[in-house]
Amino acid sequence: MFQQVPMVEIDGMTLVQTRSILNYIATKYNLYGKDAKERALIDMYTEGIFDLTEMMLPLVICPPDQREAKILLVKDKIKNRYLPAYEKVLKSHGQDYLVGNKLTRVDIHLLEVLLYVEELDSSLLAPFPLLKALKNRISSLPNVKKFLQPGSQRKPPINAKQIEEARKIFKF
Amino acid sequence: MAGKPVLYYYNARGKMECIRWLLAAAGVEFEEKFMETSEDLEKLIKDGRLMFQQLPMVEIDGMTLVQSRAILNYIATKYDLYGKDAKERALIDMYTEGIIDLTDMMLRVVTCFPDQREAKISLAKDKAKSRYLPAYEQVLKSHRQDYLVGNRLTRVDIHLLEVLLYVEELDSSLLAPFPLLKALKSRISSLPNVKKFLQPGSQRKPPYDEKIIEKAKKIFKFQPS
Repeated sequence: MFQQVPMVEIDGMTLVQTRSILNYIATKYNLYGKDAKERALIDMYTEGIFDLTEMMLPLVICPPDQREAKILLVKDKIKNRYLPAYEKVLKSHGQDYLVGNKLTRVDIHLLEVLLYVEELDSSLLAPFPLLKALKNRISSLPNVKKFLQPGSQRKPPINAKQIEEARKIFKF
Repeated sequence: MAGKPVLYYYNARGKMECIRWLLAAAGVEFEEKFMETSEDLEKLIKDGRLMFQQLPMVEIDGMTLVQSRAILNYIATKYDLYGKDAKERALIDMYTEGIIDLTDMMLRVVTCFPDQREAKISLAKDKAKSRYLPAYEQVLKSHRQDYLVGNRLTRVDIHLLEVLLYVEELDSSLLAPFPLLKALKSRISSLPNVKKFLQPGSQRKPPYDEKIIEKAKKIFKFQPS
């Protein structure tokens, strides 16, 4: 619709816009909470995760001379804004999942970004015991465990060759 | 006031305006607390009321919500402006996200370094003309209904009206090639709650001027990107 990817064909629809696709899938597979208030929390937590993920993406494509400064900035936000926020949520209710005491989409989104944080610097998670526990717990769920194994459709960290190819396709 | 949502932001459009529009269209009265100084913002942060130390923030139904999409989604659901099922919601989300992308592009015109402004204006006009306006005209053309989704008013008609007004502010000739968008703009503007919001004296915020931008920069201590 907007000449951009991602695009997903699902249930007879041609959907673009990541959030639209994610919202539909989460609703369809009952991973979006039980009511509007739970959804509000899920959305709020999810948006923070998106902000953090978006902050981490450019690290790969930025020129080497700017990279150190950018990495420091991102690590600072991770350490002082994002990880504390999610640790606090878990601490506030002491439950195994972020919202509604059962698995929802945001537990999956959080696991994903925690793995990226670890890839960036494995020491960043150290001060956050509840996040580490959630990470292990969600990783052990059968479907997630399968996805984490080699041979799944999970994509590896991006490398310089892929960036060059993307540059050609997307002209940036 | 018990019951009324309270909006925390500065006295300008920014990322809160779409929320003001949606509440107004739903006929919901709301209060506003404006950040006048950086201390106002710091106090909210220190009190732990901003999950990510950022605004917008809205107190509604006992919740302290940040992140504009979370807030919009909740309001839309509560006031039945989010379609009748998951498939309608998917379309609404898809269309809404495009509008947010365009609105962000136009916001960058205001927040960028002055020497970049011309380039950002050109970009916004170009994308409006060649990507976004045609896309929404095409949706209306495909079903010939009065509203974007489900043949009745939903949030995305309100979001679209809002951005069409900004496009018009940027360059009034941009809408000329799009008759169905122009018709929708007139139609939605005439709805009672919307008409009221469009009148002077409502909580709708005016276009940016240098004074507002300077004040925002001081409160938010932000640097142009």
